[in-house]
Amino acid sequence: MKRFILALALAAGLPLAVNTAQAAAFNQVQADKSAIAFTYQQMGVKVDGKFRKFAAKLSFDPAKPTEASTAIDVDLASVDTGAPEGDQEVAGKPWFNTKAFPTAQFVSTGVKALGGNRYDVAGKLTIKGKTQDIVVPATFTAQGNSGVFDGTFTIRRGDFAIGEGAWAKFDIVANDIQIKFRITAATGK
Amino acid sequence: MTKRYTSTAKALHWLMAVLLFGLLALGFYMHDLPLSPQKLQLYSWHKWAGVTAFLLVLARLGWRVTHIPPALPASMPRLMQLAAHAGHFALYALMIAIPLSGWLMSSAKGFQTVWFGVLPIPDLLDKNKELGDLLAVVHKGLNLLFVAVLAGHIGAALKHHFIDKDDILTRILPKH
Repeated sequence: MKRFILALALAAGLPLAVNTAQAAAFNQVQADKSAIAFTYQQMGVKVDGKFRKFAAKLSFDPAKPTEASTAIDVDLASVDTGAPEGDQEVAGKPWFNTKAFPTAQFVSTGVKALGGNRYDVAGKLTIKGKTQDIVVPATFTAQGNSGVFDGTFTIRRGDFAIGEGAWAKFDIVANDIQIKFRITAATGK
Repeated sequence: MTKRYTSTAKALHWLMAVLLFGLLALGFYMHDLPLSPQKLQLYSWHKWAGVTAFLLVLARLGWRVTHIPPALPASMPRLMQLAAHAGHFALYALMIAIPLSGWLMSSAKGFQTVWFGVLPIPDLLDKNKELGDLLAVVHKGLNLLFVAVLAGHIGAALKHHFIDKDDILTRILPKH
């Protein structure tokens, strides 16, 4: 009798499981619930900034995390450095040179599940014509039919020639830039 | 009644005189500069020196409440004595208010003050552009007022020395 109920439950549950697996591919990015921010150090002072505009594409199925992929384009001219005169400066040639290189791009090349809700997203980050292989740690939290990806990673601005000339030394503006992101995506219909 | 300032009082007076002239000059010089690494460096130095000046003012106030400063010459008219006290009160008030306004402005503008790049001074205000701009005006206005009161302070000291020929200036000098 017990076994029969178990079989029944399994039979009933199976199609349900398949359904949720299909429905659980998160691929509709919700820009209004997503953010890309950064923190830099200026003579020991932590300053927060963010990018107001970016376009993210993403596909993630918790059941098949290794098949996940993402591509994020950040509009570098939309930078908010925390100070208006900083925004103008950073768009200029020594920094992002947004006229020649308007966007920064991250394209994933592979996803590794670390257990729990933690993942390592490997990919190529291109800023100012320079590409680096990076690994971005991210956590995934499902909230109803949308999922939130959170993570923080550090890049070195020197690797991308962000801040040349007088800014090239790291004594005033530090080399390490911490990037914090939150990408929210809903399941596809 | 004491006749002389202690060496501590004299040292604090002249140390602050040098520091505050440096701070004023730096402040008026740096705020118009185009953004550069040097500007950011000068801003940091200005803030570090400002925190230092604030701590020195607290030390001076500590001296002031535990010592009775030498009296003003009896030959001074009452109104002049009153003006001298009011002037010194204004100097102390501004030496407290100016670094406070700078600190609050830094917080409102989103740039925390980190003393010598090591010791973070807590932000009392959240980042707020309008408030930051307002506090910048307050900081500048208080400094212009400070320059005016300082001019009175120095002018009065010189008048005492060269016209009244009393010991008001010499009694704060190191070897007196």
